[in-house]
Amino acid sequence: MQQALFALSTIIIGVFGCVAYFYFSNLLLDRMCPAKGPNAGRNINRANAIRPWLFVFPALAILSIYLLYPVFSTAYLSLHDSGGDFIGVGNYTWLAQDEKFRESLVNNLMWLLVVPAASTFFGLVAAGLTDRIKWGQLAQSLVFMPMAISFVGAAVIWKFIYDYRGDNQGEQIGLLNALVQAFGGDPQAWITLPFWNNFFLMAILIWIQTGFAMVILSAALKGISEETIEAAYLDGASPLQVFFKIKIPQIWGTIAVVWTTITVTVLKVFDIVFAMTNGQWGTQVLANLMYDWMFRGSPDFGRGSAIVVVIMLLVTPVMVWNIYNAHKESR
Amino acid sequence: MAHLTLSGLTRSFGSEVILNDIDLDIQTGELIVFVGPSGCGKSTLLRMIAGLEKITDGTLEIDGQVMNDIPPSQRGIAMVFQSYALYPHMTVRDNMAFALNIAKKPKAEIDAAVDRAAKALQLEPYLDRLPNALSGGQRQRVAIGRAIVRNPKVYLFDEPLSNLDAALRVATRIEIAQLKEAMPESTMIYVTHDQIEAMTLADRIVVLANKGIAQVGSPLELYERPRTEFVAQFIGSPAMNLLPGKITATGPKTEVTLDAGGVAVTEIATTDTDMGRAVNLGIRPEDFVIADGDAIFEGEVEILEALGEVSLLYLPANMSVGEGAVSANQTHLIAKLPGIHDGLKGQSVCLTADPAKLQIFADGITMRR
Repeated sequence: MQQALFALSTIIIGVFGCVAYFYFSNLLLDRMCPAKGPNAGRNINRANAIRPWLFVFPALAILSIYLLYPVFSTAYLSLHDSGGDFIGVGNYTWLAQDEKFRESLVNNLMWLLVVPAASTFFGLVAAGLTDRIKWGQLAQSLVFMPMAISFVGAAVIWKFIYDYRGDNQGEQIGLLNALVQAFGGDPQAWITLPFWNNFFLMAILIWIQTGFAMVILSAALKGISEETIEAAYLDGASPLQVFFKIKIPQIWGTIAVVWTTITVTVLKVFDIVFAMTNGQWGTQVLANLMYDWMFRGSPDFGRGSAIVVVIMLLVTPVMVWNIYNAHKESR
Repeated sequence: MAHLTLSGLTRSFGSEVILNDIDLDIQTGELIVFVGPSGCGKSTLLRMIAGLEKITDGTLEIDGQVMNDIPPSQRGIAMVFQSYALYPHMTVRDNMAFALNIAKKPKAEIDAAVDRAAKALQLEPYLDRLPNALSGGQRQRVAIGRAIVRNPKVYLFDEPLSNLDAALRVATRIEIAQLKEAMPESTMIYVTHDQIEAMTLADRIVVLANKGIAQVGSPLELYERPRTEFVAQFIGSPAMNLLPGKITATGPKTEVTLDAGGVAVTEIATTDTDMGRAVNLGIRPEDFVIADGDAIFEGEVEILEALGEVSLLYLPANMSVGEGAVSANQTHLIAKLPGIHDGLKGQSVCLTADPAKLQIFADGITMRR
């Protein structure tokens, strides 16, 4: 009860605090630069120049505290060891030689090559196929559904699909093993198979991201002028040719945005690996490695931070290109 | 190089009929214009010929071959769309070459065809540009070029000038007329709602209304001898005046006494059975002249629009309005007199017209035979 009251009063104070800030700062500005008197014109111009900053200041301040400050703080931490002593680039030289880090980097690269490509491809196929049929909307909502499931939830679902029971643990309950057995194969402990288990984990993210790709690409396909498609049919193009020569080139910008957005998600992939294998059997990725060093065993904030900095450096160029493309699209 | 036969062509969605039972013969080398008020189905008819719209009933023949189930690309037609429908990601050259590339024609042949069309349409300097680097008029020329390159039997134009501004529209209209002259063998079908385009371009005009064809004829035939009140008011601007009255004398020259009081003698022949029949007398605004003696209509000029070359006089009157005529004025008779008539505003004027140019409509249909 007391907690509820506390939460409620926090909300009320917060909301009214915001309203009061905007109201009184605005009032103050109007007082300082009155729109009358001898300098009315100059005052109005000055007030108009200041007012936007007044209104975005709270958002800007909070963003800086919660986004910018951690960036610098992380970079600072990455130059220190677990005891807090300055060691220069020591953590990075350690990274360069660390076996597990190299494995993570290779795995991340594989994720990067497979997941965005596969998600975008399946999303595009789904969008293209559902574009013109009556029950396309229904099909789209089904494909989109996994987007609503958290990564951990999805991992739990797929754990059952890949599930394996040892010899004396009774019948197999995993869907994949059921299929394999139905076709006469032997059940496998899928997520422990070195190298291939990476792809079994990627399948989960592809399953989730395909819905996202489909929704965005489907909207882009709908935006294509109907007459160019009709003109292409009149010019003798087959449906497949229309799709590849008329539709896809026209939504190329959107495809790039979808691709890069998924790429950023993939670079940060953590939950799925954490929940499925926790990086065992050769499935480690950068984000999970970082978590291991940061919070597990005897935490080493320095090494963890160094890994974070590496992830950030990898994401940044993709992000920049993504935003550039998104801007180009919206123009 | 093709003639088209439309017989009983019908388009409906479920129980809603869009076009009903269209019969039309289009000769080789003709330029046919479909006109009609918006929603009359003129674009639908064109799209049915193109194969973009299903034919619910009836048959479409091109050169004697039934085309109902032939895919659009094999009908030997090319279409120019209102929005140009250029492929935005392809250069002008690629846009024009697209159909031939799809057909896997030899490169030399494609280049020759594109260059020929580009030369005819003065598009040579723009061949390597993307469509969004072109002006509206240039884009429309590319769209026309894309049609020419395919060397189709039938050209279809779907309101090709509506997206251009007024000056460009006139220039492009003349270009299309010249294009037609340069290709006397090609059959063209042109959809528009602009009657100036229809009058200037067409060999024959098809007026569509009420899900069907209201009248087919040469532009001047439609102007001089409209079959119905609808056609009479649709062709010509401002619309033809329709004055209610009664037939008071029959014979080779019919006399109509207007409800408003005036008497008009026409050169339309009627028989005794028509005596006393309620009719509408049709007079085009531009046929009125100021009368010295007997007037068909007398009234006060309430509004005067001086356009310099002509003056539009609005005289209050109880007018009949033909079915579906959107542009007709119901409360004023309109007279269009050449020159400037500044002094007439507020004055009472007597108007008359050449008897040969008068029309009589009974129940919406002309009495001319």
